[in-house]
Amino acid sequence: MAGEVAIVGAGQSRFGVLKEGIKSLFAQAFFECLDSVDKGMDPRQVQEAFVGSMSFGGGQLGNLAALMTEQVGLTHIPARKVENACASSSYALRDAWFALHSGMLDVVLVAGVEKMTDLPSDRRRYWLGVSGDTEWERLAGTTFAGLYALMASRHMHEYGTKRESLAQVAVKNHRYASHNPKAHFQRPIKLEQVLEAPMLAQPLTLYDSCPVSDGASALLLTRAELAKSFTDSPVYIQASSGASDFLALHDREDITRVDGTVKAAKEAYRQAHLSPGEVDMAEIHDAFTIGEIMALEDLGFCSKGQGGVWTLEGRTEIGGDIAVNTSGGLKAKGHPLGATGAGQVVEVFKQLRSEAEKARQVSGAEVALTHNVGGSGATVAVHIFSR
Amino acid sequence: MAIPRFWREIDSRYNLVGTRCGNCGDIDFPPRSVCPKCGRKSLGKMERLQLSGHGTVVSYTVVHDAPSGFEAIRPYSLAIIELEEGARLTSQVIDCDPAEIGIGMPVEAVFRKLGEEGESGIIHYGYKFRPSGKAPPMEGQD
Repeated sequence: MAGEVAIVGAGQSRFGVLKEGIKSLFAQAFFECLDSVDKGMDPRQVQEAFVGSMSFGGGQLGNLAALMTEQVGLTHIPARKVENACASSSYALRDAWFALHSGMLDVVLVAGVEKMTDLPSDRRRYWLGVSGDTEWERLAGTTFAGLYALMASRHMHEYGTKRESLAQVAVKNHRYASHNPKAHFQRPIKLEQVLEAPMLAQPLTLYDSCPVSDGASALLLTRAELAKSFTDSPVYIQASSGASDFLALHDREDITRVDGTVKAAKEAYRQAHLSPGEVDMAEIHDAFTIGEIMALEDLGFCSKGQGGVWTLEGRTEIGGDIAVNTSGGLKAKGHPLGATGAGQVVEVFKQLRSEAEKARQVSGAEVALTHNVGGSGATVAVHIFSR
Repeated sequence: MAIPRFWREIDSRYNLVGTRCGNCGDIDFPPRSVCPKCGRKSLGKMERLQLSGHGTVVSYTVVHDAPSGFEAIRPYSLAIIELEEGARLTSQVIDCDPAEIGIGMPVEAVFRKLGEEGESGIIHYGYKFRPSGKAPPMEGQD
């Protein structure tokens, strides 16, 4: 199963507060992706499209995939939207992976798109909450910052995780984003700025949170045996896994871990015949800083409770035990919901082909992992890639 | 939230009515029609159960950046509370300084206004929690 599907092209729009709408963002991502195919690809070779999106704001809830694909000239192919909260395009990737595995298709497009910044603020607040438990969490006044704050408070209580460790995630990811021209945030920040920023939900401040971003991302996938006709350096998918969990945080057994991540990671390592220590770099879901710390533990990179210590000791930086979120992560590269998962893979594609900007290139990276969460952990996808 | 969607859950919101699985004995709040552990074996065996409203804080936060409809009361304390029967829920913690709240603190349910549907819409009522012993606990009607 491992390595039978390859990525031969990857591209994305800039992530950020952008003037463009979904059509233009999608086109930017698609054509950058198409142009990244080393030996070229005729768009007519694309047989089917899987487009991840939340249709944030409800602008184009129905038929989004048909609209996106016709805008770039991909007409009369089967296209569908895949919605799975903030993990939408990781599940689009997984669906495409199944389709190529089935042998029914040879070349497919996986993409993601979201436009978030052009809504009035009350509508935006409403849409930011739609992946939470509406009847029993949101009615009590939860926000996603609030839910992650509940995880953070308990993690700090049980494992002595320091406030500074959370802040250091933001500092690290902003620093990498400052070397990524596609990132939402382009400037490094200081630890004190995180600690002194306006409070969202104690202990998390504004700088512990990802921004609200616009953006699109695109990948071209083929069956592995066809990959070399498109490029001499394909990136192979070694594992695709996912797991769901109770929607409401309070229904989960232990809120200091995300069981969906634990389960999906275990299955991914099994498929790839790899252990966590063999992963060189990972793009992991840091919508809030505590998310990165918990994921370091849940993905098996460090033992339970050590995520904060690892972060403070620099073990998750380039040159450390594992390079985490070299793109800037959701935290600083940005988080245009539906575009995020495929966007993580764009970073992996660049890193494994040594095409990332020099200041954030992980030298000799051979194995990469992506981790994408929907909401507070009810949906998780994990993928492993190799050169 | 639409009126029928709220009305459907009124028993639980007003009176903390949950369910007990007649197969494994697990207690759930809010009520479930199927036990997540037992599946088919629990069908028709989910019994209504009045919960006491006594519990302890599992984790807590203070929300400063509030969602729509909650702006007027910010900042407010939120907690995951484990009820003495074992089920967990999310609730605001009121009638105390947020600095008083800690993990493991005993709390009790009280009946409060939760919100309203705009200026002339219906008012939502339901449970909030406060530190135990501040007043007599909420009386159940079941």
